[in-house]
Amino acid sequence: MKELINKLSKDFNITDAVYQRPSLTFVTVPKGVAISLVTDLRDYEGYSHFVMMSCVDWIEEGKFQLLYLLHNPETKTDIGVKTFIDRENAEMASAHHLWKQVWTYQRELKEAFGIDFPGSPRVDEDFVVEGWVEMPHMRRDFDTKEYSENTYFPRPGRETNDPATYMRKKLYPNEPITAKKQDNDK
Amino acid sequence: MSEKDMNDKVNEMLQRSETNVKKAEKTFIHPEDEEREVVAPDGSIIKINPIYDYFSNEKPTEEKPCSGVIEKFLNWARAESIWVLGFGTGCGSIEIPPLVTPRFDMFRFGVQMRPTPRQSNAFIISGYLSVKTLKRVIRTYEQMPSPKYILALGSCTINGGMYYDSYSTINRLDKYIPVDVYIAGCMPRPEALLAGFMKLKELIKEGKGEKANEYARNFDEYKANQKKIIKDWNMPDYNW
Repeated sequence: MKELINKLSKDFNITDAVYQRPSLTFVTVPKGVAISLVTDLRDYEGYSHFVMMSCVDWIEEGKFQLLYLLHNPETKTDIGVKTFIDRENAEMASAHHLWKQVWTYQRELKEAFGIDFPGSPRVDEDFVVEGWVEMPHMRRDFDTKEYSENTYFPRPGRETNDPATYMRKKLYPNEPITAKKQDNDK
Repeated sequence: MSEKDMNDKVNEMLQRSETNVKKAEKTFIHPEDEEREVVAPDGSIIKINPIYDYFSNEKPTEEKPCSGVIEKFLNWARAESIWVLGFGTGCGSIEIPPLVTPRFDMFRFGVQMRPTPRQSNAFIISGYLSVKTLKRVIRTYEQMPSPKYILALGSCTINGGMYYDSYSTINRLDKYIPVDVYIAGCMPRPEALLAGFMKLKELIKEGKGEKANEYARNFDEYKANQKKIIKDWNMPDYNW
C-alpha cells in the first residue's frame, strides 16, 4: 500500500495519508485533484469497484469533507480518497461519468447537505424527504429537535429519564449515589 | 461567444446559486398532472386539469346514524366483520403477520386482511409515520368506505416514541386523522393488537365508532394540519 501511495504522490498532491490497516488506506487531496485521482485509481491501479461516497460536516472549520471509497477486487484492498470543500455555496466536481451509482450518492448529498454537483443527472430531484424546503437536514446547524417541536404538535406531559439513574432510584431507593456512580452515569 | 450565449450562461450560473431559494418556490406537480391542452378523439382541442378532472374534489359529508334497533343491529354486524387494509407504515407492521397464523388467529374474531382500501374498513397505523408515508396514508384513508376505523399501534403514533425529535416523523397521529383505538407499547405484542380489536368491537357496539363523521365534521381543521407539514401537496384535497 505504501508503494502505491509513494507512486501516486509523484503525480498527485497528496497532503495526508493514513494507513488504517494493511487493506485500508485513506489519502487526503485538494479539491481540484480528487476526481482525477479517483479516475487514475480506477483506470490504472485496479480500484474498479466504487464502494460508497459520503460526507462529514466539519462545522467548526467551515468545511465539508467528502470521501470516495474504492475497492480493488484483485488485491482485496480499499482506498479512501478524502477532500475538503467549502461549506458555504458547497460545490464539487461531479463523478457521475465514472460509475452510474455515483448519481444516486450525489443526489443524496445534494438533498442532505446541500452540496451541488453541476452536471450530475437528476441531482435536483427529491431523494428521501419529499417537498423539503428547510435547510438541508443533515447539516449540523439544523436543529432537528427544535424543528420537530415547532412542526409536529408534541404531546404535553411527555417525560424523559436517564435509564440508569431512573432504574437505580427505583430498585435501590435507600442506597446513596456515590461520586463514582455519578461519574459512570455521565 | 455571442452576447446572448454569455447572458444565458450568466443566468444559468445565477440560477444555480439560488437553488435553495428556488427549492422553496418550486411546484411539486408532476408533468403528467399539469394543466394542459390535449387533442380529443374527434379532433377538437380541450383543456384538462388531471388532478381535478380525474378525482372527486367534493368535501366528505356526515352520514347520520340510523335510529334505535336498526342502528344497534348494524353496529353488531359492523363489529363482527372488521376488514383490515394490508398496509404497513413502520416497524410495527411486523406484528401483524403473526395474527394470521394459527397461534393468534384473528379470523375467529371476524378480523381479516384485505388488499385494497375499497374493501376494508379498518386501518392499522403500525408504528412511526414519516411525512412521506402520511401523504399515502391520507390518500388511502379517504378512499376507504365509511364507517371506517383507525387503530394506532405503538408509542410513535401517540407521542412520537423514540422518534419524537426526528425531523421527518410525526408526533401525534390524531392531529391528522381521527383515531379510534390506541395500542401502547414499543412494540406491542400481537396479543395487545388482539386486545385492541376487542376494544374497537366494544366501541362499535356502543355506537362510538363514528370517527369517519368526525373527520367530515372537522375536515378543514384536519386538512390545515395535513397541509402544514406536507409541503408538496400535489393531489386533490379530498380524493376518493
